[in-house]
Amino acid sequence: MSLLSAQDLAVARAGIAVLEGVQFALTAGQALVLRGPNGIGKTTLLRTVAGLQPPLQGNITAPPDTVAYAAHADGVKATLTVAENLAFWAQVFGTSGAEAAIDRMALRELADRRAANLSAGQKRRLGLARLLVTGRPVWVMDEPTVSLDAASVQLFGDVVRDHLAAGGAALIATHIDLGLDAAVLDLSPFKARPAAQGGIRSAFDEAFT
Amino acid sequence: MIALMIRDMRLAVRAGGGFGLGLAFFLLVAVIVPLGVGPEPATLAKIAPGILWVGALLSCLLSLDRIFALDFEDGSMDLLATSPLPMEGAVAVKAMAHWLVTGLPLVSAAPVLGVLLNLPLPGYLWLVVSLALGTPALSVIGAFGAALTVGLKRGGLLMSLLVLPLYMPTLIFGAEVVKRGAAGLAVATPLAFLAAITAGSLALLPFAAAAAIRVNLR
Repeated sequence: MSLLSAQDLAVARAGIAVLEGVQFALTAGQALVLRGPNGIGKTTLLRTVAGLQPPLQGNITAPPDTVAYAAHADGVKATLTVAENLAFWAQVFGTSGAEAAIDRMALRELADRRAANLSAGQKRRLGLARLLVTGRPVWVMDEPTVSLDAASVQLFGDVVRDHLAAGGAALIATHIDLGLDAAVLDLSPFKARPAAQGGIRSAFDEAFT
Repeated sequence: MIALMIRDMRLAVRAGGGFGLGLAFFLLVAVIVPLGVGPEPATLAKIAPGILWVGALLSCLLSLDRIFALDFEDGSMDLLATSPLPMEGAVAVKAMAHWLVTGLPLVSAAPVLGVLLNLPLPGYLWLVVSLALGTPALSVIGAFGAALTVGLKRGGLLMSLLVLPLYMPTLIFGAEVVKRGAAGLAVATPLAFLAAITAGSLALLPFAAAAAIRVNLR
């Protein structure tokens, strides 16, 4: 069963098309790694898939409430403790996995510490632990390994592998090998052509004609 | 929803959360005005309703940009938008949390500050009633303004400019209720208008604010 698929997808950043003709499909147990140079539109594609912005063209097909999004920013509240941060998201998503997520991401001894006092890597682990409490099958992750050390990357790779084994799927923009058995999608060939060469005319172009 | 409310109130009460900021400002206004205009009881009694309402309005304005800006900066807004909570509900809950930590303390402190300003005795009841009815509208209208300017760096000034004109009807009718109440006149008409403004903003503005946030998240 397809958990997430995109057909002929074009996405725009600040009104300018950055990617066009992107196709992919994810079924249970699959992971897809997005590659491409800086500025190619990985984050924009992920935000579109997560439903934060509408696609310029094409469709994204996914059953409702399947996508959990982890952005560059962790959305961690500095004055709340690690446990309170996770408990909040567990309540929002209506799940009860906060304690299990704390153990799984090796945050147990930090559970009662305020997030303001965490290191960058620890904060990142907390941000990723949030994915576990969402209980959603498709994890959409934007550079999840930034500021993680080697051991944490390993730990996170294991977590993703368990998630895939349990019937989940993952769409990851990363340049680091997570040790996953994942297909790689290089986004360079999908770079949007300028409107003058037959590319999509976006609202931004319209304003100047 | 309740989780979000508890989180927002907890954040507000903890260090650096801005709880008490509005209350302290309100207190300062009420203390400073008699020093500025002089201690004649008759003058103070005349201006008390207006000063108390203006003070409450400005105190409310002071903490508005916190409603969404902090969540927007640290990425929580993206995560909330992808969560099962409808954005309209999240906006309404955040506005309500703002009222509970800002508006409600103002309502409860107002009678005490009324003494400082020599508010005539029949006015106290109407001061509390009008603030209790009017400050929720201030929070909701403010949440709308904050939603419009959430993507801007240092959007506080722009937000004040957008929000202040929208606050005027609430201020006019709210202060009118207290003025009439203090003078022993009938208050039903301004009170009805005040209630209508609050009910209307509560019903409509969460939708407008949610739409503004969705646009700002793109």
